[in-house]
Amino acid sequence: MKNRLLALAAGFAFTMLAASAGAADKVKIGFVSTLSGPSAALGVDIRDAFTLAVKLNGGKLGGLSAEILIGDDQFKPDVGRQLAEKFVKLDKVDFLTGYVFSNIMLASIPVAFENKVIYVSPNAAPSPLAGKQCNPYFFAVAWPNDAYHEAAGQYATQKGYKSTYLIAPNYQAGKDSLGGFKRFYKGKIADEVYTQLGQLDYAAELAQVRAAKPEALYIFLPGGMGINFIKQFVASGLSKDVQLITPGFGSDQDVIRPVGDAMLGLFDTSHWALDFDNPANKKFVAEFEKEYKRLPSVFAAQGYDTALLIDSAVREVKGKLDDKEAVRRALKAAKFASVRGNFKFNRNQYPIQNYVLRVVGRDAQGRLVNKTIATVFKDHGDAYVQDCAMK
Amino acid sequence: MSWILILEQSLNGLQFGLMLFLLAAGLTLVFGIMDMINLAHGSLYMLGAFFAATLVQATGSFALGVLLAIPATALAGMLLEVAVLRTLYARDHLSQVLATFALILIANEVVRIVWGSDLQMTMPAALSGPVQLLPGMPYPAYRLLIIGVGLAVAALLYVLVAKTRIGMLVRAGASNREMALAMGVNIQRLFTLVFGVGAALCAVAGAMLGPLFAVQVGMGESILILAFVVIVIGGIGSIRGALVGAVLVGMVDTIGRAFLPHLFGLFLPPQFASAAGPAIASVLVYLLMAVVLFVRPQGLFPARG
Repeated sequence: MKNRLLALAAGFAFTMLAASAGAADKVKIGFVSTLSGPSAALGVDIRDAFTLAVKLNGGKLGGLSAEILIGDDQFKPDVGRQLAEKFVKLDKVDFLTGYVFSNIMLASIPVAFENKVIYVSPNAAPSPLAGKQCNPYFFAVAWPNDAYHEAAGQYATQKGYKSTYLIAPNYQAGKDSLGGFKRFYKGKIADEVYTQLGQLDYAAELAQVRAAKPEALYIFLPGGMGINFIKQFVASGLSKDVQLITPGFGSDQDVIRPVGDAMLGLFDTSHWALDFDNPANKKFVAEFEKEYKRLPSVFAAQGYDTALLIDSAVREVKGKLDDKEAVRRALKAAKFASVRGNFKFNRNQYPIQNYVLRVVGRDAQGRLVNKTIATVFKDHGDAYVQDCAMK
Repeated sequence: MSWILILEQSLNGLQFGLMLFLLAAGLTLVFGIMDMINLAHGSLYMLGAFFAATLVQATGSFALGVLLAIPATALAGMLLEVAVLRTLYARDHLSQVLATFALILIANEVVRIVWGSDLQMTMPAALSGPVQLLPGMPYPAYRLLIIGVGLAVAALLYVLVAKTRIGMLVRAGASNREMALAMGVNIQRLFTLVFGVGAALCAVAGAMLGPLFAVQVGMGESILILAFVVIVIGGIGSIRGALVGAVLVGMVDTIGRAFLPHLFGLFLPPQFASAAGPAIASVLVYLLMAVVLFVRPQGLFPARG
């Protein structure tokens, strides 16, 4: 009995080996993201757009039928890591993707690297992975973590703001963001304030801003913190004297929805906007709204692009997903029509692309949306690529 | 750093403290009288905010929406007490913590299913700007309203607890539950009532803070921690303690955040001050709690002698 079982197992193993030598008949994607809890809105947008892209493609990616395994990391690094292990080792996925938050992603994806599974990042693109620790199995589809802040700093310089007040939460990403802003801002820093993570009330900070009388105020306050801050900023009457600038994700649809009219006239920087005039984007925005009855956020645009990128690579290698080098080359070529327009991958596999200035205004139907005003950076990469040893 | 700035920051501290008081008052009553740790208190705050946001939009009137949200949330709170929490009174604190933590998760998902992850709530247009309080000192009108509402509710609670028969029963229950029971007080009805009052206070806080804070799923958890700090400082079961504790926490937190980084800058090298200032300011309320626990472990105004 035992021998027969062994024989059977061996038989299975050989047939699987045989099957894996040729082209695969389907592509398996492991998608892990934050889908529950207070920070779920971002992950949900990425997931919805990713699955929408596959649906519009007839349930296929690169001509192969796509199987998408979805997991919720619950905003916890350990849960994210467990799911990555399961998808990579047990389900043997061809690609891993999905994570929103850098800290959860960094804890989770080493298992993908060790097993030579390519991670295609729809959002997080931390600076270590752009520089010294750049990895052949890591592709950042969206934007380097510093990029929005650098663009905001560049805009504040172009606009000639003489003094800018900076506020961010007191943690690593907060310090990195203000560092990115300062890298391209030539004016005077009125003050640089680090607040508590998850802070609710900003009355104290706003009173200090009023006393400092800066021309502009740059905030990096993701999620609920930003919603609190912008509401209170407008109520304090400061919006008449001080121009508020945020990174693009700080005033996108997921923030506009709960804040409302107080958002009008706010400037932000991004790599994508609803009104980008290219056929891919027009199709994406229309289909997303039709499917989900809401406007897509920048995160949704990133999730959609991630699916299109994988689609293009699978098609390029004609389904031979085991040839990892070929898959990498195909991904790096990025032969697809991105909703952001043209972009290309740098040698560290981070994007080189344009960044634009947007303002919150009303569209033809009177809804609050971000409108593109000007291009801040053309073909902008990141500051860390010179430390990357990859060719 | 002018005296006007100090005055403005003190007002900010008072306003934040009074809002914390609304949450802490309900929490301290439930904890003190029923000996029940209710982590889902923050969920009632969230529910109050979502009710208020919906009703303000439906009625088109801010005042009416807020006033309707209060009984709605009180009703939801009492239903919760009768349906779930009542069975937990006899259990130990660990079971209560586990069960009410589960309630937080359930409440979050239910709210997400019913309303979505967030709602928009704007303040009435007449109060949306600043008023000139003193020459050179504009202050947001809406925050003044919050201070007014907070003080009014505090006064109302004082009258209710100190001057009425129900208040007497509540005080009796808080200081010695068994004795009150032996004296023939209908504890079960009293508990339901107290829970309803606690939920109503949550609704006032949620509705009033809705236009300033994000009305979103999970909004209750972050503020609940501060409410617990307040009742530990004030003394469990004491409304007066909750008021003093809340204003103390609001003041210390606001003043600390506003001035500590600059204060450090006066006598420390800048690179150290810029790192230590925000770090210490953010833990200042917990330091305060530690000091109070060390000097007076029972809190400033304990209900039980």
